[in-house]
Amino acid sequence: MEYEAVIGMEVHVELNTKSKVFCGCSTNFHAPPNTNVCPVCLGMPGVLPVLNKAAVETSIAVGLALNCSISRWSKMDRKNYFYPDLAKNYQISQYDLPLCYDGFVEIETDNGPKRIGVTRAHLEEDTARNVHTIGSSESGVDFNRSGVPLLEIVTEPDIGSGQEAYEYLTGLKQTLQYLGASDCNMEEGSLRAEANISVRPTGSKEFGTKTEVKNVASFSGTQKAIAYEIERQIAVLKEGGVIVQETRGWDDRKNATVSQRSKESAHDYRYFPEPDLPPLQVDEAWEQSIRESLPELPHDRKQRFQEQYGLTPYDAGVLTAARPIADYYEAVLTAGGEAKPAANWVMGDLQALLTEARTEIQDCRVAPEHLAGMLQLIADGSISGKMAKEVLEEMFATGKSAKQLVEEKGLAQISDTAELESIALKVIEENPGPVADYKNGKDRALKFLMGQIMKATKGQGNPKLVNEILVRELNKH
Amino acid sequence: MARVTRQEVERIADLAQLTLDEALIEQLQAEMTEILTYVDKLNELDTSGVEPAMHALEHTNVFREDTVLPSLDREQALDNAPSSDDEYFLVPRILDSE
Repeated sequence: MEYEAVIGMEVHVELNTKSKVFCGCSTNFHAPPNTNVCPVCLGMPGVLPVLNKAAVETSIAVGLALNCSISRWSKMDRKNYFYPDLAKNYQISQYDLPLCYDGFVEIETDNGPKRIGVTRAHLEEDTARNVHTIGSSESGVDFNRSGVPLLEIVTEPDIGSGQEAYEYLTGLKQTLQYLGASDCNMEEGSLRAEANISVRPTGSKEFGTKTEVKNVASFSGTQKAIAYEIERQIAVLKEGGVIVQETRGWDDRKNATVSQRSKESAHDYRYFPEPDLPPLQVDEAWEQSIRESLPELPHDRKQRFQEQYGLTPYDAGVLTAARPIADYYEAVLTAGGEAKPAANWVMGDLQALLTEARTEIQDCRVAPEHLAGMLQLIADGSISGKMAKEVLEEMFATGKSAKQLVEEKGLAQISDTAELESIALKVIEENPGPVADYKNGKDRALKFLMGQIMKATKGQGNPKLVNEILVRELNKH
Repeated sequence: MARVTRQEVERIADLAQLTLDEALIEQLQAEMTEILTYVDKLNELDTSGVEPAMHALEHTNVFREDTVLPSLDREQALDNAPSSDDEYFLVPRILDSE
């Protein structure tokens, strides 16, 4: 029997507001433990939460970017459970009226584009962080994270493989970063992905029993964990076994999902409307003003790069993968760079330098204007492409302009016809043998003579011009 | 209103992490039944055509601006904790991995 996988994802993303969702404490991740805390986020009696407007607006912006409808009316609810990361014994979340619902993310698959339905995106508060010291009989609790605004984005069970999950997560992260909604730093936990995975006989309408895979530290880890889990479930079923509904984690060393011991008492969160927070009303005008403030999104920008700059879909995809790269590229064009050479240099040599130096493009010392200036020097024949590589390295290290470096280092290409002619004549006189060979139709001799001229110019002769002059002079000879 | 069952009281106690003795279970069965019977009176009203109330107050959209305000000193924050070290609130070791 053939099986197919049915996967839905839940992604929790911390919104990058300055202050927490219900109080004025800072959201700074790097603060020492329990220094961004106040009576509200510590859950002290008698305090009242007040909703951060920026968290709501960012949530709506994300919803719109994910093609969601925005609820005209929504509200906050209490989700009740006991855990040491939750001071109040309830989390303020949204239950039946999420802020955003019914959207989609489009991903690329081998069979063309595919839409992954977004069921809902709702606003809630993050919980405290628990710290475990090996061997200690106690666990520490850091409430700095308690109350950081969190958007939970839930998909339909539309994802069919680990690869599709990876594409979905990448696309989602790209959109969130374009919006500036979150830094999506998985290591710091600002983006956390969980997958609900089940398998069923291909074509069947019923869902199989699902397992939940969570606490995976990277997108590629999530992809591997899902692929593993699909194979594991199919193997269990083929042997006549049953899938146990459980939470599983990913063990990087074993390359396997492992059952996470947890008391799976049936959850009963007893949601009820949060009495301390009045409902939310998002009218059309507000929604529209947020829609108008949205930046150009990755998919549209990729499209435009192809149409406007004549780039291939691949190049347009690479250049729009992250907003800072796309912004940089367009700044180079604004400064006079030509579309295709600029694309090649940004994706090629500049990217290589950035990777080697572990630097982000927004911190790069090569100003877009300077890269445009370098492209200009190549275009007008002042430097060769080979020299440009060297110049770019210097620009990257020093932050100087290409023109300045070329002057300082005397790198300029010799494009002075008279000068090149006299060198060519000298080379011809000094090498009667190869000249004779050339006359007898030996192409290799021409290359040798070219090489001699380049050597005489210390590699600075404009190759195109040298070739022209040499052939002309040889024919006169 | 039917009498609240023993199982219902036990389940609610379990969710609230309370341990009840026999006498208290019976007492709560009676009290909860009484409360529900009282609230049940509302069902006598015809509310078809009445929109559900989302909140007791008529306010909507009460917001604060995204401004960082001073937090407590850590010493103050940890002051009332039953157990703490210099940095963290301390709780009995959590066996479940997070």
